[in-house]
Amino acid sequence: MSETPVDPDEVRHVADLARIDLDEDEVDRFTVQFADILSYFDALDDVPEVEAEADLVNVMRPDEVREGLSQEEALRNAPETEDGYFKGPSVS
Amino acid sequence: MSLDAFITEETIEGADDGPLADRTVAVKDNISTEGVRTTCGSAMLDDYVPPYDATVVERLKTAGATVVGKTNMDEFGMGTTTETSAFGPTKNPVDESRVPGGSSGGSAAAVAAGEADLALGSDTGGSIRCPAAFCGVVGIKPTYGLVSRYGLVAYANSLEQIGPIAPSVEEAAELLEVLAGPDERDGTTRDATDHGTDYDYAAAADGDVDGLSIGVPTELLDGADEAVVETFWDAIDELESQGASYHEVTLPSVEHAVEAYYVIAMSEASSNLARFDGVRYGESGDADGNWNESFASAREEGFGEEVKRRVLLGTYALSAGYHDKYYKKAQDARAWVKQDFDEALSEADVLASPTMPVPPMKRGESLDDPLTMYLADANTTPVNLANLPAISVPAGDTDDGLPVGLQLVGPAFGEKTIIRAGSALA
Repeated sequence: MSETPVDPDEVRHVADLARIDLDEDEVDRFTVQFADILSYFDALDDVPEVEAEADLVNVMRPDEVREGLSQEEALRNAPETEDGYFKGPSVS
Repeated sequence: MSLDAFITEETIEGADDGPLADRTVAVKDNISTEGVRTTCGSAMLDDYVPPYDATVVERLKTAGATVVGKTNMDEFGMGTTTETSAFGPTKNPVDESRVPGGSSGGSAAAVAAGEADLALGSDTGGSIRCPAAFCGVVGIKPTYGLVSRYGLVAYANSLEQIGPIAPSVEEAAELLEVLAGPDERDGTTRDATDHGTDYDYAAAADGDVDGLSIGVPTELLDGADEAVVETFWDAIDELESQGASYHEVTLPSVEHAVEAYYVIAMSEASSNLARFDGVRYGESGDADGNWNESFASAREEGFGEEVKRRVLLGTYALSAGYHDKYYKKAQDARAWVKQDFDEALSEADVLASPTMPVPPMKRGESLDDPLTMYLADANTTPVNLANLPAISVPAGDTDDGLPVGLQLVGPAFGEKTIIRAGSALA
């Protein structure tokens, strides 16, 4: 078993950060599995620091108006809309 | 369709003429098709209908191909067996009690069973090559940037590529010719002609391996199933008899590839999948509470267990106090893997290994033990970390009649080299 401490509260905390509700069975299963998986990930400690030249180039284009989705198309998959807008839950 | 290779069967006609005019193509269900639902194998997108085509789908249509449906897959590409699909598992046409591999299991099964001539898959850590190997067909994971990802529902952007699955190397190469090339809608695409090559992939499938130098990384044979290793060496013998030569190479970094891959993929997934909140698309969270409660409820309902596991672990790896320990070290490992491959490929034309260290698993065998499932990706994930092209070709069968895939890895934009080498076998 793992040396990486994972307890149910930690799983609940991460689930909260990720905005995913879990039932208690999932919390229990994930607690055991995460300990296993994270202790496997601990082998990354043995990886040396590597100097890597990032091979990155900016890709630019002129900022010109062009055709996009219509409002209707953009809203077509939304579960709820109102007056041409997405409708979400209340903020507070 | 007793294999359950398709989630949606619907015909999309292409142009009258073109290089694929008489071909049917199955498209993985994380690739957007205008007007045809695209579920990613997830309940979250059960009734999502994209308002636009992915660039690769536009290119299929222009090439005259007929799309015959959207194929089953592990939910959002997260799996090695196509069992995490919310629409149920796909059967392996070679042995229906076994998995077809994943995550593009529906695409490979459809091609192997003749339900489509060709198929598109996507490969983040092996998701084209694994099912190609398990179903006894050919799959190509292109160099990062060769094929546009516009319209591919993102799982881990820095790792994934769309690529072809086909019965033979030549047919896979023909499909790659249609898919490849820069796209102004994907800023990460690059033009192969700027990298000393061209797009004449099908012509490269001439089977000429005379003088080909093959490096065999010993790390990728360690721990592989005996029957797989035996079939692998038979394939190398066959290539040798046709004029190729091989030597062993070592890639010490690949011992860390699986954990680096999973840390990076899960971290990117935790960010990418934040968009599924039940407001613009997806399942609405009908909680009466605030934004956060509603999102959390929509995501509990819409995501399956493997997706939750990866999003949570990715969130953890990026969270305060753990970022340096996991994510930063994983990026170091990625750079190390790249260096190792570059070095090995400076003394060999291609690197060869079994595509998968095991033959296709029985259905239901791998779901309870996620870590064991992750470890099955040991030979495929290093290639995504290194941004390199790789092909899986049928190497032969085990004594039990199960297909084994041979993976050939080439240098960046070396598609023609791996196609030529692979075409000597299939």
